[in-house]
Amino acid sequence: MTATEAQRGDLTPTDLVYLRELIRERSAIVIDESKGYLLESRLAPVARRNGHNSLTELVARLRLDHTGPLHDLVVDAMTTNETSFFRDIHPWTVLEQTWLPELIQKRSAQRTLTFWNAACSSGQEPYSLAMLLRDRFPQIVDTWNVRIIATDLSAEMLGRSAAGRYTQLEVNRGLPAPLLVKHFKRDGQYWQINDNLRGMVEFRALNLVGQWPFIPQVDVLFMRNVLIYFDLPTKQEILNKLRGVLRPDGYLMLGTAETTLNVDERFERVAVDRATAYRPR
Amino acid sequence: MRALVIDDSRATRAILSRILQQVGFATFDVADGQLALTWLADNGPVDLALVDWNMPILDGLSFIKIVRANPAYADMRLLMVTTESDIERMIMALEAGADEYAMKPFTASVIREKVDILGIKLPDTPVAGGVV
Ligand SMILES: C[S@@+](CC[C@H](N)C(=O)[O-])C[C@H]1O[C@@H](n2cnc3c(N)ncnc32)[C@H](O)[C@@H]1O
Ligand SMILES: [Mg+2]
Repeated sequence: MTATEAQRGDLTPTDLVYLRELIRERSAIVIDESKGYLLESRLAPVARRNGHNSLTELVARLRLDHTGPLHDLVVDAMTTNETSFFRDIHPWTVLEQTWLPELIQKRSAQRTLTFWNAACSSGQEPYSLAMLLRDRFPQIVDTWNVRIIATDLSAEMLGRSAAGRYTQLEVNRGLPAPLLVKHFKRDGQYWQINDNLRGMVEFRALNLVGQWPFIPQVDVLFMRNVLIYFDLPTKQEILNKLRGVLRPDGYLMLGTAETTLNVDERFERVAVDRATAYRPR
Repeated sequence: MRALVIDDSRATRAILSRILQQVGFATFDVADGQLALTWLADNGPVDLALVDWNMPILDGLSFIKIVRANPAYADMRLLMVTTESDIERMIMALEAGADEYAMKPFTASVIREKVDILGIKLPDTPVAGGVV
């Protein structure tokens, strides 16, 4: 038997069900049966780091309590954190050229703009927004009340976001070189985002599933590439709650593979060029 | 859309060419800046050139300066792909006229995203790799 076979043989069907349920209960992330390998490949390092010789041992330990730091680590390890600066580019272009100028005009009396990055992963998305605002709308950033609230379920991702330190591969991805040289400093093999941008973003823990803490009324809500992990009722529950937070003329930005169509008909789709956003009807 | 890949490593040229072909470019490749200038003189401008920095005979930075001095090549987009990763170096390349800059080692998504940033409109082609 090879090492991987030994590990796979490790998890009994009951263990697998237990892990899937734990992850689903905590994060709403659905890991279907065909993705069992994901549990093994992502949880083996968690087991090892926490002094357990096998996944069976890890599960046995988890079963002793209902919740605890180890439960959080397991859920954390199962989140997919794939992201990049200016991901998919088109929504950012249209945001800059069409949606933001329109919102700025509408908000000229209040002089307030609020952005919410729900599921910000390692921070590339809120920092992309901060760069766009600082470079393209400097007078707004300097004289209006502009807030960027960035949240995620994962404590590890929030820590990385707040640090604003990226590897060479991460800054290579999606970030225009002129913005890299302008907004980052090299620090050994890492790239550190400048403090003026870091200071623009408020990072907080927030689980999209369950009750949300207070979130102010939002003009642009980024909820990209996270609904995709949830089942239909969870998507519906989240979109429903979100309507209480998003201003009636605000924009909801989803991932390219996501939509409100056939999920919640109380949103309308707004398409400009190659970008799509959603607004409450 | 035509792309010219300029790098003294044959393996790097092959990898970069394949990534560009997958998103719909017709690719050509040469091993140094001088050969690239000759190729352009013979075949006319390309839409995109990927330019290594360190190459024998004529390096990438010198190549970029020569290309940018020639109005016939004004529409060519230049993406530097290099192991050089100092901010000062990057600024030098951008000031010389590079449109974008990618550091080695790169992945296919790095190159695809740089092409997106450059705004080169490619016919819709299925892109390898899954969702999220
Ligand atoms: C694929 S990333 C998306 C990052 C970014 N929005 C983007 O589009 O590039 C998904 C993120 O969703 C977070 N996430 C997963 N389940 C969540 C939940 N129930 N509540 C909040 N965030 C969650 C993960 O921690 C991860 O950082
Ligand atoms: Mg070289």
